[in-house]
Amino acid sequence: MRLSLVGVSHHVAPVELRERVALDLPAAAELARSLGEGVCLSTCNRTEIYVAGEADDAALAALERLAGRSLDGLAYRLHDDDAALHLFRVAAGLDSLVPGEGEILGQVRSAFEAVEPGPLLDHVFREALAVGKRVRSETAIGESPASVSSAAAALAAQVFGDLTGRRVLLVGAGRIGELAAANLVSRGARIAAVANRTVANAEELARRFGADAVSLDDVAGRLGDADVVVSSTSAPDQVLCAADVPTRRRRPLFFIDIAVPRDLDPAIHALDGCFLYDIDDLEAVVAETLTGRRAEAERAEQLVAEEADRFRSWHASLDVVPAIASLRARAEEIRIAELAKLRGRLSEDERRTVESVTTQILNKLLHLPTVRMKQAAVSAEGAAYVDVVRDLFGLEDER
Amino acid sequence: MVEALFWPAVLGYGEAALAYASVRTSRLATWGVRLGWLAQTALLAVQAERADGFPWASWSGSLNLFVWLVVGAYLIWGCRPRYRLLGLGVMPLAAILFVVARLAGGVGDHHGAAHYGSAFLVLHVGSVLAAFAGFTLAAGLAGVYLWQEGRLKRRDAGILRLRLPPLASLERLASRTIAVSLTLLTVGLAAGLVRAHDDGGRFDALEAVTILTWLVYGSFVVTRPGGRRAAYLALGGFALVILARLALAGSHFA
Repeated sequence: MRLSLVGVSHHVAPVELRERVALDLPAAAELARSLGEGVCLSTCNRTEIYVAGEADDAALAALERLAGRSLDGLAYRLHDDDAALHLFRVAAGLDSLVPGEGEILGQVRSAFEAVEPGPLLDHVFREALAVGKRVRSETAIGESPASVSSAAAALAAQVFGDLTGRRVLLVGAGRIGELAAANLVSRGARIAAVANRTVANAEELARRFGADAVSLDDVAGRLGDADVVVSSTSAPDQVLCAADVPTRRRRPLFFIDIAVPRDLDPAIHALDGCFLYDIDDLEAVVAETLTGRRAEAERAEQLVAEEADRFRSWHASLDVVPAIASLRARAEEIRIAELAKLRGRLSEDERRTVESVTTQILNKLLHLPTVRMKQAAVSAEGAAYVDVVRDLFGLEDER
Repeated sequence: MVEALFWPAVLGYGEAALAYASVRTSRLATWGVRLGWLAQTALLAVQAERADGFPWASWSGSLNLFVWLVVGAYLIWGCRPRYRLLGLGVMPLAAILFVVARLAGGVGDHHGAAHYGSAFLVLHVGSVLAAFAGFTLAAGLAGVYLWQEGRLKRRDAGILRLRLPPLASLERLASRTIAVSLTLLTVGLAAGLVRAHDDGGRFDALEAVTILTWLVYGSFVVTRPGGRRAAYLALGGFALVILARLALAGSHFA
């Protein structure tokens, strides 16, 4: 059975087109079901329809209906091994905007689980999920942060380890600081206070995080019970001087300054137990980790290629399965017919023994041809093997 | 037989010491440590089985046991991916000391009968060596702490590519290791001092340095320093351990 893929992605399609063909999970599943056996993967960077059989034209037509225009030159169509390899790369995060991003694996799983695919799509999607997991466990492609806010959280974890229960002082109630804070919270940290020049503006954010809202004048006083300080105000002057930072015994303090101009006195970094990273430092870390991701991507490509080879063998073996099944059915038919001739001439024990012996002979005899046919299936000789077996054993009629 | 077990052990340790130098081969290094340690365990078992009494009472024999304890203590954490690089500090030292132990005859078949009873030696030598092994590991952790802290202070852009254990974990592990090791050293030292008193109060340089070591680590446990100060103190104590193990041990074991 043929595996086909029709899709548009960030590689060729502009966002205006991608947003027109983007579907939520139920709508994607509905579209996939309307094509017979299909799976529709729709994310902000791609909408791809995988179908088993000959429904790729219908899949393209469905995408064009969503786009409201022809997708000539914008949609890609892949078949069989190429389609499987593409799906494996997608699941591994190798086709993503940021190589190795982890969200895509969950999206592939959701798309797959939203429908009830047949054997071919079931197999290829399970393999894709396994490949995605393998790439993440055997390479470091997904370990490095890809944004300034996630880099800030990862650096804090380099100081404190597990961030559970660590207290964060958020200085400035802007969107960028909130993003960094959200990253810290996702690692278990707790926003203890939100400080802002206008306290009223801090209150909404503080309420959302279950924190206190305080004024900028209170920042120094709040340092005593903070572990991480995230500062992102639009203040023209420094918000915090090194002299304001209290001496802390056995408790490090990690400062993240993502404001331009900078909020925090650079001299803070020289204090014992204090670490200060500004926006340039964080961007340098992100750039370095992205370089690392690209290096890891090369290793990941090798793993994906290995799995794609395995899929190719499995897929090719499907072509010989009917011949193998016919051969075994014919042999079993002969065995049963011959056993029937002995009916009434054997005791129950003898019949069971003969049943067992003939079954074993049959299995042993057919084992090697079965293995050889499956092996040959991945080569150009596969079809010839099938023809020879059908001819030798008189299986023509069962084609 | 004992000789035959020395080589796989030293090869394992040597391979680990070299393989830890690269992140890509560090997994291989961990296997070197495991296999080397198993071989050395077998070596010690054969020595124990053949010896008449406590087989590691000599200086070189105790060095052999010390290496085994250090590597054993390292294995508790060293197999975790983030702590693998601790092996960069521990395994070259272990490999060198193991070779020194062999050159001095500590991994051979025969050692003269010990002057003291086995129970005393197990308590005294065993406790002191286990404590020294713990201090060695704590020094390794302190070294990694200073490395990691230095990277954070330098704002090393590659800090997330080669990840070391977090500062807080390193500090906590080193403190705990030192606390446990100090308890063992106290037991071993007390046993030795009682026996020295019974023998007429002889007091040698090794005992003096060991007491000084006890005082340094005792001050560590009492004052509970943090950050760089704690790391430097752990390394300072370790310098005394090295002095006691390598430079001053001769007269004590004579």
